[in-house]
Amino acid sequence: MRAIGIILAGGNNNKMKELSNKRAISAMPIAGSYRSIDFSLSNMSNSHIQKVAVLTQYNALSLNEHLSSSKWWDFGRKQGGLYVFTPSITADNGFWYQGTADAIYQNISFLKNSHEPYVVIASGDGIYKLDYNKVLEYHIEKKADITVVYKEFPEGADVSRFGCIKMNEDSRITEFEEKPLVATSNTVSTGIYVIRRRLLIELIEKCESEDRYDIVNDILVRYKNIKRIYGYKLPTYWSNIATVESYFKTNMDFLKPSVRDYFFKQYPDVYSKVDDLPPAKYNPGSAVKNSLVSSGCIINGVVENSVLFKKAYIGNNCTIKNSIILNNVYIGDNTYIENCIVESHDTIRANTTHVGSNGEIKIVLERNERFNL
Amino acid sequence: MIKKEMIAMLLAGGQGSRLGVLTSKVAKPAVAFGGKYRIIDFPLSNCINSGVDTVGVLTQYQPLRLNAHIGIGIPWDLDRNIGGVTVLPPYEKSGNSEWYTGTANAIYQNLDYMEAYNPEYVLILSGDHIYKMDYEVMLDFHKSNNADVTIATMPVPYEEASRFGIMLTDDENRIVDFQEKPEHPKGNLASMGIYIFSWKVLKEALIKKSDQSNCDFGKHIIPYCHSQGNRLFAYEYNGYWKDVGTLSSYWEANMELINIIPIFNLYEEFWRIYTKSDALPPQYISEYARVDRSIIGEGSDIYGEVYNSVIGVGVTIGEGAVIRDSIIMKDTKIGNGSHIDRAIIAENVQIGENVEIGFGDEVPNKLDSKIYNGGLATIGEYSVIPSNVKIGKNTAISGITNTGDYPNGVLGSGEYIIKAGDVE
Repeated sequence: MRAIGIILAGGNNNKMKELSNKRAISAMPIAGSYRSIDFSLSNMSNSHIQKVAVLTQYNALSLNEHLSSSKWWDFGRKQGGLYVFTPSITADNGFWYQGTADAIYQNISFLKNSHEPYVVIASGDGIYKLDYNKVLEYHIEKKADITVVYKEFPEGADVSRFGCIKMNEDSRITEFEEKPLVATSNTVSTGIYVIRRRLLIELIEKCESEDRYDIVNDILVRYKNIKRIYGYKLPTYWSNIATVESYFKTNMDFLKPSVRDYFFKQYPDVYSKVDDLPPAKYNPGSAVKNSLVSSGCIINGVVENSVLFKKAYIGNNCTIKNSIILNNVYIGDNTYIENCIVESHDTIRANTTHVGSNGEIKIVLERNERFNL
Repeated sequence: MIKKEMIAMLLAGGQGSRLGVLTSKVAKPAVAFGGKYRIIDFPLSNCINSGVDTVGVLTQYQPLRLNAHIGIGIPWDLDRNIGGVTVLPPYEKSGNSEWYTGTANAIYQNLDYMEAYNPEYVLILSGDHIYKMDYEVMLDFHKSNNADVTIATMPVPYEEASRFGIMLTDDENRIVDFQEKPEHPKGNLASMGIYIFSWKVLKEALIKKSDQSNCDFGKHIIPYCHSQGNRLFAYEYNGYWKDVGTLSSYWEANMELINIIPIFNLYEEFWRIYTKSDALPPQYISEYARVDRSIIGEGSDIYGEVYNSVIGVGVTIGEGAVIRDSIIMKDTKIGNGSHIDRAIIAENVQIGENVEIGFGDEVPNKLDSKIYNGGLATIGEYSVIPSNVKIGKNTAISGITNTGDYPNGVLGSGEYIIKAGDVE
């Protein structure tokens, strides 16, 4: 591969509500066994990109823990490997990362010291599979300066939290509007870009000298008429999890056979940190239907249309419906949970009821004392 | 100079022929256990949990799966700069080259490996038991007795004592005599095949007995040490320990894991069992599936019914299939509408649709009734079973079978079909 990778994983978003209190969005658990950043990282690894930088800032504890060893994604290499860059105070700079471009600028030596001609930039909150080599080939074929991977949403979808683009018949981007109040197109940027390394260095340094800090507004939007910026269509599944609704929906998508088949059965695989957990255990009284169950779970109750992450304990006579139970949750006996996201490490007392609605998913945060079994 | 207080030598070369078709292509320590583990994971995890970070694994019989599983020891944190796990197969020497002819002979042939770590003590383990044990506690016992050899033992019922090596001890746990598989046992402390030797004593005994053919710890080295007046002690262990050497005991040990609170608990935070596992998706239980009293590994898809069973990773159970009291290992596929009762089905097996396994009455197996008994149907790895056939109890199947192998679509109880692999 002739590219290095950068994954922007610093972000937080108040649309994640309480879920992002304890972790960066990139560290959000997905589909039972994964975390959000696993998808971009696995794509990098499967595209044979050997050197990847992860830029983190907001509450990176969970993320750093997850990335504590690079071997799970095959980045435990002598050549290249995985680099995690958190903001640090230097002689020249005493600020946090002030934006995506600034985050790259503050680690610009990573770009300058590499020799690969291209850079693939991705974000840590996208759930998708993509061979970046195909984007790179397209980029070269179009003689583009920057290639933006885009996704077409169905007519009428709410795209106001994305960057919306319009292209001419050659797929060159003519309009780029970030988070439009009234969207004029349903084609959105996925936050995945391919660019020449030298051009990126040049643009980032230019930005910084003008006190501009954002890739989208200060590079893509600003340069769209003078640089050749092209769109590459991503025809397969893509979802951004940065709101509670989309996070819930994305997890529930994995209950569909087509989505499971695409991510779990079709090559290439998605990798994640491997935990040493025993197989899931179904005790008498358990009745599980249309659900994903992860390793280390112990189930004594009813579970329907739900996703159980690792080490969930479901007590006797419980009913869990249409919900997401994150890692290491203990649910006491006779509990009823419907349309909820139960935060990880929660301990829910016996005989309690938590019900959200289809439109408004309830986030359950219960930090009760847990008696270890 | 490198100095390791205690290193472990793990004997993993045996076939385990009493496991029948399960071990026709893999060594017994590499046989799957408890959904996602392999038998060797238990002693290896015990080693790292006990602080023993240097382990030589002696392999001989069908080592491919074992080698692939162990790799450089990453799952057990046994990838070390100094020490770690080393796979030790028999090798050619300038003089007389030979296979490993006995447990002690295998260790003898690897004196150089042990010497390189300059150990004080050597722990001898075998790769075919299911247990959790802190070898450090046993080492403390060894040291506090100023022992030369410590043998881990556990009390067994008197009626079963004749299957084991029995240790007879005095009040201070010092071994005064022993009986190897005695007809009339004088005690009930059975050797578990786990030894701690002081290195000098082990080295001297192995060299002295190097001409002994089929040199074995229980038969030759321990009696030799005893005759030399060495201090032999019995360390009594009272936890869970299971020999899974026969199909029935293997099946039982698996079934014990699905009890509500199993005696052997894999869910405790303390003393984790590690294994090589791929990053696999969660398991999916479908709308029409029914799972009760079972454990199921990652990445499995369950569309049918599963009762009282141990299901490995990546298994598919088709719609309308019913699995009862069975063990189904990694990546096996069970077709729609098949009924499986009391079966052990190894890895990567394909079972067609509407197959019935475990029907009829028990009849002694015609191939070897000592191996295939207990009413179990045993199917070896990479076997294929065609649709619409019936298979009885005490049966064995290995290889790719087609409808023609089943007269009138039936393989009666006690019958067998062996089309691949070595069979004794």
